[in-house]
Amino acid sequence: MRTAISVEDAAVLVPDGATLMIGGFMAVGSPERMIDALVARGARGLTVIANDTARPGHGIGKLISAGAVSRAIVSHIGTNPETQQKMIAGELAVELVPQGTLAERVRAAGAGLGGILTPTGVGTVVAEGKQEIELDGVRYVLERPLAADIALIEAHEADYNFNLTYRLTATNFNPVMALAARMVIAEPKEIVPVGVIPPDAVKTPGILVTHLLKRPR
Amino acid sequence: MDPKEIIARRVAQELENGTLVNLGIGLPTLVARYVPPGITVAFQSENGIIGFGAPPPHGMEDPDLTDAGGAFISALPGAVSFDSGFSFALIRGGHLAMTVLGGLQVDAAGRLANWMVPGKLIPGMGGAMDLVAGARRVVVAMQHHAKGMPKIVESLTLPPTSARPVSLVVTELAVIIPTRDGLVLHERAPGVSLEEICALTGAPLIVAGPVPEMALSA
Repeated sequence: MRTAISVEDAAVLVPDGATLMIGGFMAVGSPERMIDALVARGARGLTVIANDTARPGHGIGKLISAGAVSRAIVSHIGTNPETQQKMIAGELAVELVPQGTLAERVRAAGAGLGGILTPTGVGTVVAEGKQEIELDGVRYVLERPLAADIALIEAHEADYNFNLTYRLTATNFNPVMALAARMVIAEPKEIVPVGVIPPDAVKTPGILVTHLLKRPR
Repeated sequence: MDPKEIIARRVAQELENGTLVNLGIGLPTLVARYVPPGITVAFQSENGIIGFGAPPPHGMEDPDLTDAGGAFISALPGAVSFDSGFSFALIRGGHLAMTVLGGLQVDAAGRLANWMVPGKLIPGMGGAMDLVAGARRVVVAMQHHAKGMPKIVESLTLPPTSARPVSLVVTELAVIIPTRDGLVLHERAPGVSLEEICALTGAPLIVAGPVPEMALSA
């Protein structure tokens, strides 16, 4: 039988300087309890791979405010003025990646691919310094895989085997990130007995999930 | 009529029955208000849903159900949700009939700039580069000028969103179609003269015959 761990114990598993993937889109579907515990632990020097940095006080925005992040690889920072201020002040390096390319680079890492060819970014700053390949008259940018040490994901339900489901637009980057890190810490809203989640409804097989947070009281 | 309303009503005329459409944040979102009678389209939000509806009544919001701007939405009967990888497969894979995006500049080659102003505004591209690269039609919904400064220019001075030309540009003054030969002035807003349009446009406009007034959705 696998056992769930406390959020405080989980926060200790994330060392300073680690490269993290964090699920969520504007903090919807972000593992908020895990983020709070990292802020409380005083984590430093994190590289965060995520869709965005949300807003101050929400999701990844809390890690930005706390000065826990030194590098962010994201598609959008426009909703968080603190991210922009820290970037201009040189306290935070920001690498902007088109959203669809971000999803596919993460997927490539999790799927054992050497990269992906996408038309997105051709003729823009995104393609600078990257190999371009023309196939059947279409130009593509070769984008390399993006992997992380640890993925922090939010799930709707988890069962005792750590099988996960997601819900509505809280799904976003969570399932793709669960495949792209060696350590996967999942924060479920509910924990249910094995068999409650039908096999077809499982979006992340529990075998990928190394750690499960206890459910909130 | 308010400039944004003129733009939204005209863009709504471009909606085709039974197709998948993505509306960008801001002005493009207004298009959903003016879907012509008899037309049913499925709206995608790139954070992972097809078939979203108006915001729910106050107090009925679902924290797991938002649009790409983070605002609460509802789900219409038949709505489906999916992860970000699938969402952008829809966008890049030719499954999206049309995207409507805001713009900072469009140039004579039909290229769009809409994701950053160097040294001033660096929000990031979000899904914009994928949308312009992948949607079957790209419609730019933007105001014609910024306080008199033309947003339609000879050559972009802002970083492009894609090398691919957009399909259509709709402003409160005109409808413009980018072609290989340049920008064709296709329609003008009610009561607006060609001279007014040209004076507020920073690139040559091709006028091939009479330029009718634009039809606006009710």
